[in-house]
Amino acid sequence: MNLDIFLQQVPDGDGAWWQMLASGLQWTLLVALLAWIMAFTLGSLIGVARTTEHRWLVRAGDAYVELFRNIPLIVQFFLWYFVVPGLVPAVKVWVTTLDPTEHQLFTAVVCLGFFTSARIAEQVRSGIQSLARGQRNAAYAIGLTPSQAYRYVLLPMAYRIIIPPLTSELMNLIKNTAVAYSIGLTELFFRTREMGEMTFRYFEAFAAATLIYVVIALAANRAMALIERRLAVPGFIAGKS
Amino acid sequence: MSDLDFEIVGRSLPYLMRGLQYTVQLTLVAACGGVIFGTLLALARLSTIKPLALAAAGYVNLMRSIPLLLVIFWFYFMMPVLLQTLTGAERPPQIGAERSAYITFILFEAAYFCEIMRAGIQSIAKGQAAAGYALGLEYRQVMTLIVLPQAFRNMLPILLTQSIILFQDVSLVSLLNVTDFVGASVKVAQRDSRVIEMYLFVAVVYFVLCFALSAAVKQLQQRIAIVR
Repeated sequence: MNLDIFLQQVPDGDGAWWQMLASGLQWTLLVALLAWIMAFTLGSLIGVARTTEHRWLVRAGDAYVELFRNIPLIVQFFLWYFVVPGLVPAVKVWVTTLDPTEHQLFTAVVCLGFFTSARIAEQVRSGIQSLARGQRNAAYAIGLTPSQAYRYVLLPMAYRIIIPPLTSELMNLIKNTAVAYSIGLTELFFRTREMGEMTFRYFEAFAAATLIYVVIALAANRAMALIERRLAVPGFIAGKS
Repeated sequence: MSDLDFEIVGRSLPYLMRGLQYTVQLTLVAACGGVIFGTLLALARLSTIKPLALAAAGYVNLMRSIPLLLVIFWFYFMMPVLLQTLTGAERPPQIGAERSAYITFILFEAAYFCEIMRAGIQSIAKGQAAAGYALGLEYRQVMTLIVLPQAFRNMLPILLTQSIILFQDVSLVSLLNVTDFVGASVKVAQRDSRVIEMYLFVAVVYFVLCFALSAAVKQLQQRIAIVR
């Protein structure tokens, strides 16, 4: 193993290989961050919808989750990248105004956002359903509207309960950004492969990528653990009274 | 859009089905191999021999924190080199992506199955193993006769759910140009410029299969739950 390779210049670009990997890492983190925001918002809404008393809302939420959970991620990438613009003329027109990188970034965020939102919806639903029924009834009894009951009673507890599974969803999302390589987004895995192919130093390239992914996973894990401790309510599960 | 031509699906169906066959085969082999190897890993993680437990935990955590795609490419490029050093051959043996994928998925899935089996083993009351030892059974007998059968039974729905995820994850080998179900559809789509029809078809087939399989698992889960 020879670390000099990371300082070597990229033949047709500017900068050394380590800078290439660093720029890939930036794309990975950017996609993960944007997709997480989208997935968290959407997943919360769908998860809540699945616990309401409106039967059609529950049905629609269930169907949504099943749809995104039962199709492989790479096929979903192809659907968003090739099929949606092909079927919807308005999207096609809009896509042609983007430059390819923007199109790839947009596709990756939307695809991973929807994919992850279905998983978050499932966690939010089970978090809310794990609460004692009395909590909802008590909220209604003191005169809260349903949306107030969710906002002030159910969700604050449910979110705290599901922080551990949300942590693994966040880590899954970061790992799943690698699949954006399939549509040519120059994220970390794309750059790693490129480095391997152009220098034939696969071992060094893959070892570096492995190290980076492990560090991100650890960092995400620690960050969520910190949030969990900060938000803990004394007397409840994670909270030390 | 009116110019969609789904006949392309019919015409290339035999080719696509061969791809699907490879996908199913890889899934089954990886699931069986993964459960066996994963159970051994779980026993190692729970072992009282510290170095063994640490090594197993390190392996599992490493596998679980890097993207599957990276693992697939690691094995694809490194396995020939590794085999060369192991066998002392003059040049790296040509295994090909189709075959290296079997080993990749067994070893990768083992990390996930390990965590499931570990939870399963820990869910069995300690008194059961203790009773086994009190009867004079050895570690091996306690595990194979008492603990593992129950752990496996309790975890069966989760193991099957993980296998459905595996079935979907196998599609990533198409990025190594392997002709699995997705790989076959990509090739047909590019050859005939029928991208939309092909990918819609693939999505529908996956959806129907995975939806039916998870519904079956749910039913099995309920049945097991009643017995307990």
